[in-house]
Amino acid sequence: MTNPAAAVASSRAHPDAATKAEATSPKPRRRRSIRRAWIGWLFIAPFGVVFLVFLVAPLLYAFYLSLFSKGLATGTVFSGLGNYVKAFSDPEFLGGVWFVIRFAVVLIPIQMAVSLAAALVLDSLTTRLAKFSRLAIFVPYAIPAVIGTLMWGFLYSPVFGPLTSIFGAFNQSAPDILSSGNIFGGLLNVVVWQWAGYYMIIIYAALRGIDPSVYEAARIDGANPRQIALRVKVPMISSALVLILVFALIGTLQFFTEPQVLKPIANGAITASFTPNIYAYNLAFQFSQFNYASTISFALGIVVFAAVYIFLFTTRKRRGGFSS
Amino acid sequence: MASTMKNLLAATSAGILLVALAACTPDVSSGTSTDSAAGGDAGSCSNTIVHPDAPQVSVWAWYPNINTVVDMFNKSHDNVQVCWSNAGQGGDEYAKFSTAIAAGTGAPDVIMLEAEVLPGFEIQNALVDLSQHGADKVKGNFSDGAWKDVSSGSSVYAIPVDGGPMAMIYRADIFKKYGIAIPTTWDEYAAAAQKLKDAGGPFMGDFGSNVPAWFTALMTQNGQTAWNYDSSNPQSIGIKLNDAGSQKVASYWQDLVSKKLVDTQDQFTTDYVAGLANGSYATYVSAAWAPGYLTGAGGAATGGAEWQVAPLPQWDASKPVSVNWGGSTFAVTTQAKDKDLSSTVAMELYASQEELQDGIDTQTIFPLNQQVLTSQSFADAPIAFFNGQKANGEVYIPAENAYPGYTYSPFTTYYYSELTKSMVSIIDGSKTGPQALDDLQSTMTEYAKSQGFTVK
Repeated sequence: MTNPAAAVASSRAHPDAATKAEATSPKPRRRRSIRRAWIGWLFIAPFGVVFLVFLVAPLLYAFYLSLFSKGLATGTVFSGLGNYVKAFSDPEFLGGVWFVIRFAVVLIPIQMAVSLAAALVLDSLTTRLAKFSRLAIFVPYAIPAVIGTLMWGFLYSPVFGPLTSIFGAFNQSAPDILSSGNIFGGLLNVVVWQWAGYYMIIIYAALRGIDPSVYEAARIDGANPRQIALRVKVPMISSALVLILVFALIGTLQFFTEPQVLKPIANGAITASFTPNIYAYNLAFQFSQFNYASTISFALGIVVFAAVYIFLFTTRKRRGGFSS
Repeated sequence: MASTMKNLLAATSAGILLVALAACTPDVSSGTSTDSAAGGDAGSCSNTIVHPDAPQVSVWAWYPNINTVVDMFNKSHDNVQVCWSNAGQGGDEYAKFSTAIAAGTGAPDVIMLEAEVLPGFEIQNALVDLSQHGADKVKGNFSDGAWKDVSSGSSVYAIPVDGGPMAMIYRADIFKKYGIAIPTTWDEYAAAAQKLKDAGGPFMGDFGSNVPAWFTALMTQNGQTAWNYDSSNPQSIGIKLNDAGSQKVASYWQDLVSKKLVDTQDQFTTDYVAGLANGSYATYVSAAWAPGYLTGAGGAATGGAEWQVAPLPQWDASKPVSVNWGGSTFAVTTQAKDKDLSSTVAMELYASQEELQDGIDTQTIFPLNQQVLTSQSFADAPIAFFNGQKANGEVYIPAENAYPGYTYSPFTTYYYSELTKSMVSIIDGSKTGPQALDDLQSTMTEYAKSQGFTVK
């Protein structure tokens, strides 16, 4: 594309040439380039309009809201960054952030291990069982999170769930998963089950992309299957691993659906500020504090940004072709 | 770095997704109200309009039989027609209403609200003072207590429909099997609970952390006057949650919980209703709407369960106190186009003999209208759920008549959320009952101050 800026820059460098050029050629050329630019905008318009109307505009509006504060008994006043100071010293918000960080630290390694193990096993199997297993592991991802969580709610239920009878068979009393002490593990299980299959598919696809002659070379060099898996396959798919790590990190920091669905049956274990997103939701729609809810949302955005940045920064050397 | 940037952008933007959702919700919900208030579009109503020429008033309500009631109303009124839609039950509807208030558009003309959330919407100037629109005409239809629940000072913010005088629902078969006499005081209730446990019987009752309104009613029964609030002076509030009476109630239930005499299951869950049906609980301390709820949830369907009802146990049998849990009203929103007409609908919908009778027959509501409460047929009606016991005349009508009314705070949802935390700590024993209430008192005081109130 002819770059108008470049034309301007070059015209500055050669003032004489510029005046000469302006007199003769540039007008039709510039018009053509403008038309071309318009065609480009036309192509991205379907995306651009949706992007502006449903993402950028609400973002700006939310940021605008977050700069004001409104108490129930007071009017709306401009408070600048006051809400942000309040948010980052609000124990409810910080408690929620602490929870999702702890959750991420425990969840992500488990999720990675499960999906990586499944993908490696499926990659080295070529039977019909492998196809079936691949589908079976992936299916939970195809179930909407709300439905999946509702079903787990019934499985965890002391009355309807199987736990009571399973533990009863050994004369033990079943643990109440939906209690303050055990809800962490209960949610962990739901999320691993829900997402491991999806990550498995990503890893599996990356494994399929490796040239099989690499394995042959490794075998000729005397590597056994386990060594091939851990020393050859895993390093070669490290970019896919980093990708799913980032997905998992972002998803976990925004944890919302599963605890929100389990809340009505969790015997008070899931509070109104359980995770930052649940807190923002309750502030806006239960406690009528839209301004502060916007602040909490942005504050969470800052936390997510920081977490992902730190993560990408610390793994930048080990990354393969993930970012170029 | 292009893909990294994209991820970072996704990270930040998705964090704000909720607010993005908040920004577009009003458009979704406004379809009903703006169209119908304009008068023409019957397509957005969930009911049929009988007199298409009459002006329409949009209504949000979730009574299970509301479609029947609206049809009756529309047939009998040729000057106004109700355009009804269901915007969700309780919290779901309030979330939509809150959004509509913040957006300045999208609320219905008339909205069904529970009495406990009225001050919270009043303070946002979302509700019309009905005393300016002829509410005094219908004041005589309600008891003083019911009227106090919807008023603040001389202002009236809603018309009561349905109430929840509390009583003790119990399993006569379980009481008989274990030789338990009907407890009239809380001391007798605790003693009966111990007796049941010693005999290997079921739990006496349940202390669920998700029913803060229930716990508030029980503390109110022992003298708690939690809020001192009047919407004519909305910047000022008095808070007293940890008086001696309340602390006694908290300690009492903590004692029952720690001795495993009552269960700690969340209520309104499938587990809890199943427990009520299969005899895990000897009593269900609840409100007058409970039989209707249980019938709908399948709790009464199991054979052999002999439900009966007795008055709520008292702290001092010589000075009985009546309390209320739940109940609903019709309020007019400030976004209503025609406030007089909307007020008429709020006063007359679910108020005629025919409409109320349908509510009674379907066990949907416990009506607060005095015409019903004073009628012999209502008092003498045998209730199928209670195996023919004349529950209204024996228990619920006296309880309702003795109910003195309650002053709610303008931040009920926040208070309930905090009280739930206190109840969890009472259940798990991490705090003693009085400690939990002391902490609740300071949390709520701090919250009121942060919201700009002067705490008296």
